[in-house]
Amino acid sequence: MNNAITLKKDILKMENQIDASLKHSPSNFSFDEARVLHELKHYLPSQTPLKDFIHHNSLHAFQTMKFYDAIFKASKIFGFQATMELHDFRKLFEVGRIRAEILDRVIIDKKGKENLITWKNKVLSKNYDENVSSRVGLLRGNWKRRYQVDLDNMVQPFLFRVLCSYLDQGIAIWEFPIGEKSFMNSIKELEQTSFTSFFKTARAKKLLFQQNLSISDLLKILIGDEAYYEQYLFDQQFSHRGWSGLVAAVETNPETLLSPKKISLNDLIVFELLLEIDNLDYALDKKWKPLCESINEAPVDLFAKVDNTELHEVFKIWQDAFEWSYYDEVLAGVKQLSLSKQKNDSHVLSSEEDLGRAKNFQALFCIDERECSLRRHIESMDSSCETFGTPGFFSVEFYFQAHNAKFYDKLCPAPVTPKYLIKEFDVTEKRKHDLFYTNKSHSFHTGFISSFILGFWAAIRLVQNLFKPQMAPAISNAFSHMNSKGKLTIENTNTSDRENNLQIGFTVDEMAARVASLLNGIALTKNFAPVVYVIAHGSSSANNPHHGAHDCGACSGRPGSVNARVFAAMANNVKVREQLKQQGIKIPNETQFIGGLHDTAADEIEFYDLDDLNIINVQKHKENAVAFENALDLNAKERSRRFASINTKRHIKKIRQSIKERSVSLFEPRPELGHGTNTLCIVGKRDLTKGLFLDRRAFLNSYDYKTDPEGVFLTGIMKPLGPVCGGINLEYYFSRVDNYKLGAGTKLPHNVMGLFGVANSSDGDLRPGLPWQMIEVHDPVRLLIIVEHFPDVVLKTVQSTPEMYEWFINEWVHLAAVNPETSEIFYFVKGAFVPYQPLANQIHFFKDVHALLEDAKGMETNHIAHATQENLPIYFYN
Amino acid sequence: MEKVLQFFVFIPFIGYIASLFIPEKKEKIISGIAIAVVGIHFSALLIFVGFWLMGSAPVLNIKHLTLYSEDKIEIFINFYFDKLTVVFALVGSSITFLVAVYSRFYLHRDSGFKRFFNTLLLFYFAYTLIIFSGNFETLFVGWEFLGITSFLLIVFYRDRYLPVKNGLKTISLYRLGDVCLILALWMSHHLWHENITFLKLNDFQLVASHIEEHNYSTTFIVVMLIIAAAIKSAQIPFSSWLPRAMEGPTTSSAIFYGSLSVHLGVFLLLRTYPYWQTLTSIKALVISIGVVTAITASLIARVQSSVKTQIAYGSISQIGIMFIEVALGWHELVLVHFAGNAFLRTYQLLVSPSMLGYLIHDQFYNYMPKKYGANNSFIRKLSNTFYLWSIKEWNLDDLQFRFLWMPIKKTGKLFAIINKEVLSIALFMFFLFGLFGFLNGNSIPKQLDDILHLLFGFTGMILILNAFAERKNAIMAWLSIVFSQCYIILSIALHNDNYQFREISIYISGLLVSGIVGYLCLKKLKKLEKNIDLNGFSGHIYEHPRIAFLFLLSCLGFVGLPFTPSFIGIDLMFSHIHRNEYLLIIFSSVSFLFIEIAALRIYARLFLGPHKKTYHPIAYRSS
Repeated sequence: MNNAITLKKDILKMENQIDASLKHSPSNFSFDEARVLHELKHYLPSQTPLKDFIHHNSLHAFQTMKFYDAIFKASKIFGFQATMELHDFRKLFEVGRIRAEILDRVIIDKKGKENLITWKNKVLSKNYDENVSSRVGLLRGNWKRRYQVDLDNMVQPFLFRVLCSYLDQGIAIWEFPIGEKSFMNSIKELEQTSFTSFFKTARAKKLLFQQNLSISDLLKILIGDEAYYEQYLFDQQFSHRGWSGLVAAVETNPETLLSPKKISLNDLIVFELLLEIDNLDYALDKKWKPLCESINEAPVDLFAKVDNTELHEVFKIWQDAFEWSYYDEVLAGVKQLSLSKQKNDSHVLSSEEDLGRAKNFQALFCIDERECSLRRHIESMDSSCETFGTPGFFSVEFYFQAHNAKFYDKLCPAPVTPKYLIKEFDVTEKRKHDLFYTNKSHSFHTGFISSFILGFWAAIRLVQNLFKPQMAPAISNAFSHMNSKGKLTIENTNTSDRENNLQIGFTVDEMAARVASLLNGIALTKNFAPVVYVIAHGSSSANNPHHGAHDCGACSGRPGSVNARVFAAMANNVKVREQLKQQGIKIPNETQFIGGLHDTAADEIEFYDLDDLNIINVQKHKENAVAFENALDLNAKERSRRFASINTKRHIKKIRQSIKERSVSLFEPRPELGHGTNTLCIVGKRDLTKGLFLDRRAFLNSYDYKTDPEGVFLTGIMKPLGPVCGGINLEYYFSRVDNYKLGAGTKLPHNVMGLFGVANSSDGDLRPGLPWQMIEVHDPVRLLIIVEHFPDVVLKTVQSTPEMYEWFINEWVHLAAVNPETSEIFYFVKGAFVPYQPLANQIHFFKDVHALLEDAKGMETNHIAHATQENLPIYFYN
Repeated sequence: MEKVLQFFVFIPFIGYIASLFIPEKKEKIISGIAIAVVGIHFSALLIFVGFWLMGSAPVLNIKHLTLYSEDKIEIFINFYFDKLTVVFALVGSSITFLVAVYSRFYLHRDSGFKRFFNTLLLFYFAYTLIIFSGNFETLFVGWEFLGITSFLLIVFYRDRYLPVKNGLKTISLYRLGDVCLILALWMSHHLWHENITFLKLNDFQLVASHIEEHNYSTTFIVVMLIIAAAIKSAQIPFSSWLPRAMEGPTTSSAIFYGSLSVHLGVFLLLRTYPYWQTLTSIKALVISIGVVTAITASLIARVQSSVKTQIAYGSISQIGIMFIEVALGWHELVLVHFAGNAFLRTYQLLVSPSMLGYLIHDQFYNYMPKKYGANNSFIRKLSNTFYLWSIKEWNLDDLQFRFLWMPIKKTGKLFAIINKEVLSIALFMFFLFGLFGFLNGNSIPKQLDDILHLLFGFTGMILILNAFAERKNAIMAWLSIVFSQCYIILSIALHNDNYQFREISIYISGLLVSGIVGYLCLKKLKKLEKNIDLNGFSGHIYEHPRIAFLFLLSCLGFVGLPFTPSFIGIDLMFSHIHRNEYLLIIFSSVSFLFIEIAALRIYARLFLGPHKKTYHPIAYRSS
């Protein structure tokens, strides 16, 4: 975390420097290589290889600015769309998705009542030039204008192929001959030890071996004037931001590649500049001069201030109106529900002890918004159960080594670096293989044999997978992350028991601290039911390079099964319970914790270590399992309404079967919809929203203000919400508003490159971001965090650390507080909480969930104005 | 029994026409039609093959339809059915059926859902036409359609740069193959004085005696056929288009470039085998293409670090082996090899996205750090050299560009410097002069006639090349193409007294309609967009899909898409060029080659690629 702060300070400093440098004339501008490299890395996409899919704000580099300033500035620099198009907003207004009264209120808030009519006209009907131009790319385009050469076409395909071959993790049969050295050294050595060359001309080849060759040396040849260097490098690297981003990410986190590679952005740039010189020499027969000698334009300051335009104002109004059209309804619902509950509570006076005793079971889920519906259904199946939400790594952070695995999996939020290792052992099951994925079939003779043997088998397999899809070794199976019959090294009795500087297992003290922290956070410190489930989640999907994006974000994009099992074991540990008792958390002896994993794509749950249950709990679990099973049916039905291939009116078991098949179907590009539609994050007692239908759009974090009057636990809870939930939400936002530039485009033509990324076609740039199929149901609105606590406590909490406060004060996420005593709503604006009066007053009530789901409208097309209509309004339910 | 054959060709065609009329949003009906059509086709084929086998598997041949008939020249559609047809038809229909079912889900809500299924059916029709064809003309019709559907599927994601660039690259090579076919067609017209059927090619005696008589001409025909086959099957030196053609949805890559389309070169070789089975030198040529390809492509496949390109080169290498097998006469083996390879590559491509998860998982458990040895030995150096060459794909792409396309582009540019107005007027006068000459055929001395017709042919060719190199004015480029055609007709007409008004009018009628429609489209676009230069891609299809569609149709009509009058015109035109008119045949075939490339280039530059206007999300050029 400290690193993050210093980094941000650096950037602030840098921005000041840039502003200061504006005052200098360009020719005085000196080129600071290290600074520019640093800056490039900062602005390039930071997506790591796809196996570790961690959601993050696509514009993380601009987070020090206010949201709107940031997106319009970034758009001006890099040329992408920062919001939806104007006519889309207007269409949303026409169809009623943006509410008229909200639009009016937003305009009045921003522009004053007297300007309502003027601005409303502008917003609704004025024509604007919406074309976006970008600052990046202007300088480098001069090669084509001056010399009629297309450098991108000449350099990029070869550059990408060499990069991909060097970084390749196991696709190529014949690996890069020199792979153990750094990229540049490998290139040099390969150049020396072959009879051919990377280059077509002599000069570049000679330059390659020049001592201490720096970027500046090469730019001197290519560009000439130092004042243009920075701009040129940005132009060059952002012409293939995918590859550059990957190189920068691997340079920073080399461990994200299993087969280690030493590459740096510096190496990439040097090699690319050499290729550029080489190709210019080749195409123009050395008849060319440094670029700056043939241009008249002054260098462009990429990061210069972007003027606020009227169009920007219009976009701000629309975006706010779009967001508040939904938020308003939610806040109205929360308020009304909470008021009515207060009324009821005064009638039925029951002591909390009694309530607790009556609990049949309790279940802990991840805060993930996909669990929002499952919790609702479980509660409806068994009215005497209780559910909780907490980040899905269940406060236990560690590396996991599966049986026989050569590597560790990090199972905790990405910014955390664990000191513990959990190892799996006693696994008897063998991993299955699939001959179709061998690369042998591409060789001469083995390919020949494969054609005859595998060929016809392939036909049968294809028929089978089309008409009767089932689990296979090549499908990423959430349940195979950990073997349910294997054992785990959870308890550490000897702290010298270490491996690679990691302590194997947790000591009793460490376990107790973690269990206590989690239980305190969600305020489950008494009234334990006989069985407490700890349900992690993961996702199975077939043929999906982005499968990691569907797994648990709190477990670094992996299924959380090990965490659930480890936590349950810790909480069941007698010595741990002893310690907990001293801290005031009394877990009755008959209470047992059961770990489990919910597959959010297949809608299946697997429970762990059931053999350890006592006889009474075995019986109880049997009953509860039926409730889970029925809830999963309903959950499948609720999800099915967004899948055109499943008829929601079919028999519920048939729907469940179809949902399951979806997760193992090769031909299904949407095994599930991931975090699509996420908009809300609710921090409070389950009661705050129990009875409010939120349509799987809310992250739910359990928290009881009563147990935490000072907001101590709240700080711990709020801290990760920005990076985790806000990160997810913003990645969806940007991938939605510009799926071409900030998203990965449609998945259908994707080609897996080197096992770390996807590109279109064989010569294309890597495509970071989310594919179209994941975001088509998503409404691009920012996250609204609703906290159930007194506004002053919430304010104090969010202000406690600058990096947390930045999310709120810069408006990357919205924040509201619900006063638990008065049910009044407060909204955080410009550093303070102000009371909020919801405009919506009519919240409907539904009785029959089946009818609600079956009658819900499906989208006509995936255009935003149609897609958003698939979202259901806020309802009350019993 | 022969009568049934035509239905196999028409079922897909009817399906294609039907699928055109379904509104875009009716995904279930659109995909339903495709699945039903291919499914019915497959079942009918199975039943038919059953009967056929019971009837001791006779070779079937039927003359289906005469397109044009005039004393010496007859152009007809002919169908043929034998073992080869059976295997290709069964493999083709089963793969197409499976891929259609797969795509129904895979392409759900894709903006090109309808386009995909339309094109798939058109492709299937073309494929069926090729494998059921009984003569070169019929095969050529299918071959042309296949090229067009390939282009349409490669540029499926037409709002990005790379698909469009690679689509043009592929169609250019395909067109080269088409020209080779048409040259083979032309020569065999003169050789056989008729439209030779594949049935007759099986007549060993007849063919043998013919080859003896016309050794050079036969060699010419066969070499042309082999080039056409090598291009279609991406053999060396034409391989580099195949991995780059994998731009469309994975399913279309699987069916086209993984399985069916690439094996058609093998089909052509098998079909024409009787023609060259006695020619040792030709066999040696086919074998050497096969050997070189099998080895080189498998080397390239070994160094590929992206899944789809690896599969592409793996497949090319196997097809190389098939070429060898064909030449050695092991035809049963080829058929099994083809079927196996087609199924395997289809499946591998379809599951290619799984590669990431599976191999990473595998590595997680089985990773062994690679040992890198010393690098100085000669063997190591040699091996590194081969590695680097393979990474560079043996420079095949670059060589193609430098030696095939670049010189032609340069030739075209030579004429770009002349003042356009002066040139137009001069050309027009020249044309009138030629027309006058043609109408008063007898008043011009023979010698002048000889020179004139060559001059006209040459002018036509230059005009097309000029259109191909044009960067500024789209309308100018289009008119250049239109005019060039007039010159070429005139050139042939001038020299050939047999060339009748009727034939010319058939040709002209096709050209005129397409030419005018195309011109109007461009005029309209110019009015709307002001600037319609050909520098880079403009992507106007985003705002003007209708104009784009009309213009595409006129391009296709203009370049002689089969079943347009211009197609018959081109066919006739070629048959009117005498065997010994080398210069004229060169001019005409270069024109024929570049007319499509130039027309589609105009289409692509104006309508495809990233949109010029940036008020909506636009793809990066590198993606």
